Amino acid sequence: MLSAEVKNKYELVIGLEVHAQLLTQSKMYTSDSTEYGNLPNTHISVITLGHPGTLPKVNRKAVEFAIKMGLACDCEITRHNIFARKNYFYPDLPKGYQITQDKNPICVGGIVPITMPDGSKKTVALTRIHMEEDAGKSMHLAGEVDTLVDFNRAGVPLIEIVSEPDMRSSDEAYAYLVEIKKLVRYLDICDGNMEEGSLRCDANVSVMLKGSTEYGKKVEVKNMNSFRNVVRAIEHEFERQVEMAEANIEIISETRTFDAATGLTASMRTKEDLNDYRYFPEPDLSPVIVSEEWLESVKASMPALPRELHHKFINQYGLSEYDAGVLTDSKEIALYYEEVCLFTKNYKGAANWVMGPVKSYLNELTLHISDFPISAKSLAELIGIIDEGKISFSVASQKVYPEMLLSKTKRPIEIAQDLNLIQESDEGSLMPIIETVLSENAAKVVEYRSGKKGLMAMFMGQVMKKSQGKADPKVATKLLTEILEN
Amino acid sequence: MKIDLNTVKKISHLARLEFNEEGAEKIQKDMTQILDWVEQLNEVDTIGIEPITTMSSEVNVMREDVVGEHLSHEAGLLNAPQRDSDYFRVPKVLE
Repeated sequence: MLSAEVKNKYELVIGLEVHAQLLTQSKMYTSDSTEYGNLPNTHISVITLGHPGTLPKVNRKAVEFAIKMGLACDCEITRHNIFARKNYFYPDLPKGYQITQDKNPICVGGIVPITMPDGSKKTVALTRIHMEEDAGKSMHLAGEVDTLVDFNRAGVPLIEIVSEPDMRSSDEAYAYLVEIKKLVRYLDICDGNMEEGSLRCDANVSVMLKGSTEYGKKVEVKNMNSFRNVVRAIEHEFERQVEMAEANIEIISETRTFDAATGLTASMRTKEDLNDYRYFPEPDLSPVIVSEEWLESVKASMPALPRELHHKFINQYGLSEYDAGVLTDSKEIALYYEEVCLFTKNYKGAANWVMGPVKSYLNELTLHISDFPISAKSLAELIGIIDEGKISFSVASQKVYPEMLLSKTKRPIEIAQDLNLIQESDEGSLMPIIETVLSENAAKVVEYRSGKKGLMAMFMGQVMKKSQGKADPKVATKLLTEILEN
Repeated sequence: MKIDLNTVKKISHLARLEFNEEGAEKIQKDMTQILDWVEQLNEVDTIGIEPITTMSSEVNVMREDVVGEHLSHEAGLLNAPQRDSDYFRVPKVLE
C-alpha cells in the first residue's frame, strides 16, 4: 500500500475512449436489424458475414446521429468524409477489417463540460468522434473446445468519442462518463446502458510527477462494464504505475484488461505482436459530403441539451443549481417538469413536486416517467389549488395525490370535492362554526381576554375539529382574533 | 522496390499465411515485382490533383435506416466450416 505522501507526488492523467451503439433500426452498412436480444445469428446478411462480391452502403441516420453528437459537443463537423479499413484478423470480424474512419473523423475537436460533486466545473476537450461498425460477439464458454460466434451485433453502428488526456482523477472520469451518457440519451442516439454494452469505455491512464510537463507512458485499460468499474480500474492503475515509478521500473505502453472480481488489471498483449492495422481508404464506399443544408436540417432537429435546460431552469425558473441538476439528470424528467411549468407559474413548487412525490413514486415502482399516470397539466392544477388555499400541501400530498395516481380522468379539484377536502376559507361559512366554539367555551373566552393568549391554540383546535379539518387556518385565525380582540 | 525476407515474414504473419523457405523466396520475388509494377504510377505528375478514394465520382450513396431482407439463420450458417444449431464455431480464442 502506498502512503498518501508518495501518491501525492504524482499526477494521474486520464483520457477516455467511449463507444456508443447508435439507436438505428438497421446496421451501419447493411439493412440487417440491430435489435438486441434475439436468437444468435438471425440478424445477418451476406455483407455482415463478409461474403465476397458484396457492397456496403452507409446508413444515413447513423451519419446524422454522429453529427448530432458533434454539434452537442461543439465539434467541427467534417464536410468531406471517407471511410477507412482497419485490418486485423479475429473470428468476430468476418471481413478481416472493420470499416471505420481514420484520418478524417466526422467530428473534430469539441468539448464536454463536466460538473463535479462539489459543484466545481471543468471542461474536457475532445480529440474526435468517428463512425464505425461493431464486431460480432465471441463466447469462450468453460468446458467448450470451440469459441462460439454470434454475428447479430456485427455491423451495428457505433460512434467512438475520444477525449484528450484532460482528466486528473477517477472522479473526473466518472463525471465525464455521466455527462456523455446524459448527452447521448438527450439526443436519443444511444440508450447509454453500460451493463448491456451499448456504452463502452476504454481508459488511457498514465502518471507523471507533479509539475512535469511530459506525460508518462500510457496504458490502455479495457473491459470495464460499469461506471463504478471504470473508477476502480483507474484507481488500481494509478497505484500500480506509481509503485512501478517509485521502484524505477519502466512502465510499458500496453493494453490491460480489468478484472471486476479482483479489481486488478492484467496485461493483454505483449510487444511482439503489437497490432499493425494497415489503415487504408475504403474503396467500396463513396464519400459522404455533409452539405450546408444537411447540416442545418440536423441542427434544426436537435432537442434541448441538458446544459441548456439547466441554464433555463436556473435563469428563467429561478431554481437553485442543485434543483436544476436533479431535474436535468434525466431528459424525460426535465421535459415533464418543463411541461408542468407551462401550466403554472409556481416553478419552485412544481420543482418540489417533481423531485419529491413524483420521483419517489417512480422510484418505488421502478417506473419510467412515460408510465406516470398524472399529466403535467393535472399536476399543475393540483399546485394551483394549493396556491389558492383550497387545500393544504399535506392534504394534497396525502389524500388528493394518491387518488390522482389511481384515477387518470378526475381533475384534482374534483377529487378534493368528492373527498370533501376543500378548505373553508369563506368567512361566511366559517363564522357560524367559530361562534359555536366561542359560545361553548365562554369561560375560556373571558380568560383569553384577561391575558391568557395561549388559549388561541385551543380555540383553533376546536374550530378545526368542528370543520373536520377543512377550515383554512389562516382565515380561521384571522376571524378568531378579530372577535376575541374586540 | 525490393522486399526483404523480414518484410515477407511480417506481412505473412499479419495475413495469417505460412510459407516454407522456398515459398517465402518465391513470394518475395512476386511482391517485389508487384511493387515495381505499381511504382510506375510514380512517374505520373499528380501535382494539383485531389486524391480520390473510389473509382466512381458518385458521392452520398446512402441507405435510409430501414430494416431489409436478411439471410435466414440456416442460409447464413450453410458455409461455416464448423457450426452448431445456433453458432459459428471457431478454434478456441483465448482472451
